Amino acid sequence: MQDSLFHSLIDIRESKAGLLGKADLVLERARWATSIFERYDIQTTINIVKAVSDAAFEMAEEFAGKAVEETGFGIKEHKKTKNEMASRYLFNYYVEQDFVNPRVNEEKKIVEIPRPAGVIFALIPSTNPIATVNYKIILALLTRNAIVISPHPAAQSCSYEAVQRLIHAAEKAGAPEGIIQVLQSPTIPMVEAFMTSPKTNVILATGGTPMVRSAYSSSNPAIGVGPGNVPVYVDSTANIKMAAQRIISSKSFDNSVLCTNESVLITVPEAENSLKLALKANKAHICSKEDTDLLRRFLFHPGGFNVEAIGRSATWIANECGIRLPSETKVLIAPISQIGVEEELSKEKLCPVLSYHVANDEKQAFAQARAVLRLSGAGHSAAIHAESEETILNYSAHVEVYRVVVNAPSSQGAAGLETNLAPTFTVGTGYFGRSSIGDNIGPQHLVHWTKVAYNRDEKVVFGNYHEIGKDFPGPLPEAEIEGLRPSSRKQPTKITQNSVESAEIRKEIRRLISEELKDLLGKSNG
Amino acid sequence: MSEAKTEFLERSKKFWNPGKTQDWIDFGVDLVIDRREGYYLYDMDGRRLLDFHLNGGTYNLGHRNPELVEALKAGTQRFDMGNHHFPALARTALAEALKECAPSPNLQYTAYASGGGEAIDIALKTARHATKRKKIISIKKAYHGHTGLAVKAGDDRFSKLFLSEDVNDEFIQVTFNDLTEMEDALKGRDVAAVILETIPATYGFPMPNEGYLTSVKRLCEKYETLYIADEVQTGLMRTGAMWGCMKYGVEPDIMVTGKGIAGGMYPLACVLISERCGGWLKEDGFGHISTGGGAELGCIVSIKTLEIVQRPEVATMVRYIGNFLRTGLDEIRQAYSDFFVEIRQHGVIMGLVFNDVQGAKPVMRHLYENGVWAIFSTLDPSVLQFKPGLLLSQTDAEEVLRRMAIAVELARNEVMGVKRRKL
Ligand SMILES: Cc1ncc(COP(=O)(O)O)c(C=O)c1O
Repeated sequence: MQDSLFHSLIDIRESKAGLLGKADLVLERARWATSIFERYDIQTTINIVKAVSDAAFEMAEEFAGKAVEETGFGIKEHKKTKNEMASRYLFNYYVEQDFVNPRVNEEKKIVEIPRPAGVIFALIPSTNPIATVNYKIILALLTRNAIVISPHPAAQSCSYEAVQRLIHAAEKAGAPEGIIQVLQSPTIPMVEAFMTSPKTNVILATGGTPMVRSAYSSSNPAIGVGPGNVPVYVDSTANIKMAAQRIISSKSFDNSVLCTNESVLITVPEAENSLKLALKANKAHICSKEDTDLLRRFLFHPGGFNVEAIGRSATWIANECGIRLPSETKVLIAPISQIGVEEELSKEKLCPVLSYHVANDEKQAFAQARAVLRLSGAGHSAAIHAESEETILNYSAHVEVYRVVVNAPSSQGAAGLETNLAPTFTVGTGYFGRSSIGDNIGPQHLVHWTKVAYNRDEKVVFGNYHEIGKDFPGPLPEAEIEGLRPSSRKQPTKITQNSVESAEIRKEIRRLISEELKDLLGKSNG
Repeated sequence: MSEAKTEFLERSKKFWNPGKTQDWIDFGVDLVIDRREGYYLYDMDGRRLLDFHLNGGTYNLGHRNPELVEALKAGTQRFDMGNHHFPALARTALAEALKECAPSPNLQYTAYASGGGEAIDIALKTARHATKRKKIISIKKAYHGHTGLAVKAGDDRFSKLFLSEDVNDEFIQVTFNDLTEMEDALKGRDVAAVILETIPATYGFPMPNEGYLTSVKRLCEKYETLYIADEVQTGLMRTGAMWGCMKYGVEPDIMVTGKGIAGGMYPLACVLISERCGGWLKEDGFGHISTGGGAELGCIVSIKTLEIVQRPEVATMVRYIGNFLRTGLDEIRQAYSDFFVEIRQHGVIMGLVFNDVQGAKPVMRHLYENGVWAIFSTLDPSVLQFKPGLLLSQTDAEEVLRRMAIAVELARNEVMGVKRRKL
């Protein structure tokens, strides 16, 4: 349909009424879709999630390329890994959790019935567009919610196309029409209209601080995440060689666009020399004072971080700054003597530049780590490389974050890719970070439970709820149209083809996928 | 009833229409609509009603749809009704948008009227001009409006009153769904047009039999008669397709749309005319003149209406609303199957049939008392017209079913005069 056909004389699309009209229609369609989805049983639900996760897995590489091409951020192979993680691995991680059937607690005499949030409005960042799209859609489907995706303008076209593909896969597997929707060209006022509409049940906001704050002030429930600014402490007890290797692997992973990437490395004099050598051995370039000045000026403009530098390679950045270095360099190390408002390099850097600070001792190192997070990144992530449990626990209790990655690359580790944390592309920054949730966001955050609680008095017996399953009637029958289809009312086609029949089969799938992923991980990190 | 309302109704009788005012009071519907918003009406005494009448689809997109209001407001900054004699920006823009979504690529032109009846008159005049024949076939109990020609094509209840019934045997009425009668009427090769509502609304939405409409179209072609589709109530996505006739695979020679086209914000109706039928537009373009016909502000709102109803979300909504209400209504029908005997449905066009010639009237009254406004079919009061809006929310759909179950039970007990047997 040509736009000019409708808008050439009077165009009200950008008016408040125009934006709200559009938002309400999309959101009400989503609401209707949830009214059908709520009728689906666990098997049908899982089949749909699996179909979507398979589709996402298959298109991981293609869309990794498209995302890099469109945004200029990051590295295709790494994006592919993330896209794969945010599909099969994610599915596998949650497939055995049941967000559909009631659960019974005999001891407490309580039955809990899952109640999906309803309509999720999801903001997608430009740095990890496809992985976040996959991740949010899978979370929504696992919990039988509807989701409306709002892509970042800088990653609009690849995100839109990816969502369209996933919609196709979902509907083919029997998902109700409209359960996944995507905005074609969201503007800030349009996003505001969606966020403030009473038809939105929860906002899942991943992105820049202004967007996240505005999600919180929308008057709708919101799960938003603040920025990261990860301090990484390398202790004298650490295996320095391994520490350096992991830090470089993390900083060079997708050129540091994950908000979980290390920002400031803090160490103590005992470890300094060997750490520097080990970093160099892993293709890091240690900047001179002059190089550091050039970097600082290039990365930090009066208005904030230079977006041009986001997700660029170390050599590209060095070239822009006029720093000479070997072409195989993966990470730029910028030594800094101060941490705090005076030193811009102690702020978050979504690029393979790592600030490097040597504290006098462990006590001061911890204080500096807290200072890094005071600047930004509160509630997000920190990392430590050490062998002493006491140091690890002490450090973790000091830093104001909700996840501390130990002896692992932080980019991947805090996001649950190389630790046993829940795999996520939305890191809850909790109360430290002015957010409502401090966990890695998962499906459990998108469903509440109605608790059916019996009298505690022993004389009142608890019912037998194991036998009676909740009724899941599935899709509604299509209303008959006389004179078009003479047959009697058509019953909806049962959507159990390719069904994952039983828990056993699901277990088997899980096993197979784990092996596949071990393989994958082995490749992505040296 | 408040004193204010009693007083108002007296004034209504005194200055407006004593008969109609009293009839509603007698029906037990003392409604005086005041505020209105979305699918809610508020009586002047403050009572809320869910609108399932929508004036036959006029309020498809809800009352005072904010986007339509905005378009109208913005339109007033530039337009008024316009000068009907001249080429006009908004009229042409709407005509172009209509051609783009028309049920046949042949529908080239749009002629404008200020209401449905006038548009039907234009359609019938156009057919007569194009065929040089005078006869018009419609169905028994047809309803196409109350203007000069339209009223003759309809049930004679409304023409006789004004001594305006057809006396020259120019208007033939045949039984709906009867192809033999239709062919017999066409055989003389002297019929200008067959005019058919795709699903006759005021007759209680009887559904066309399989193949009926396409066969009529074929017969029209055989006897060189034109097919006029009255899409005043069945158009604008109510069947899930832009125009009802599209669902049945009929490409009309002339099509009429009205009511919902300007979303209840402005009176407007349109006649889409094929190149072949549009001869008078060239021979004498001043042939039909209507000062308010195609008022440009109405065109501005209508363009917005067309844009909204064609959004992909709307088709899904129609499907969901249709399926959901059908499932719920089926349950109610099963519970009161001796009274609630049939559901006629195509998308969000619904006729609920009750087991009494006047059966829809008590249902209407009990619905009204239970906060839902839906009206009986004037020409078959056993049928309740049940017309959900295109954008009905899930909550309101659930709400209406709850109220419907109560109203049907009350009406049943009243009509059948016995307590319900447990089925
Ligand atoms: C099918 C049909 N055609 C024509 C008309 C006449 O429209 P109007 O009342 O705008 O003259 C109506 C009005 O109810 C109608 O339902």
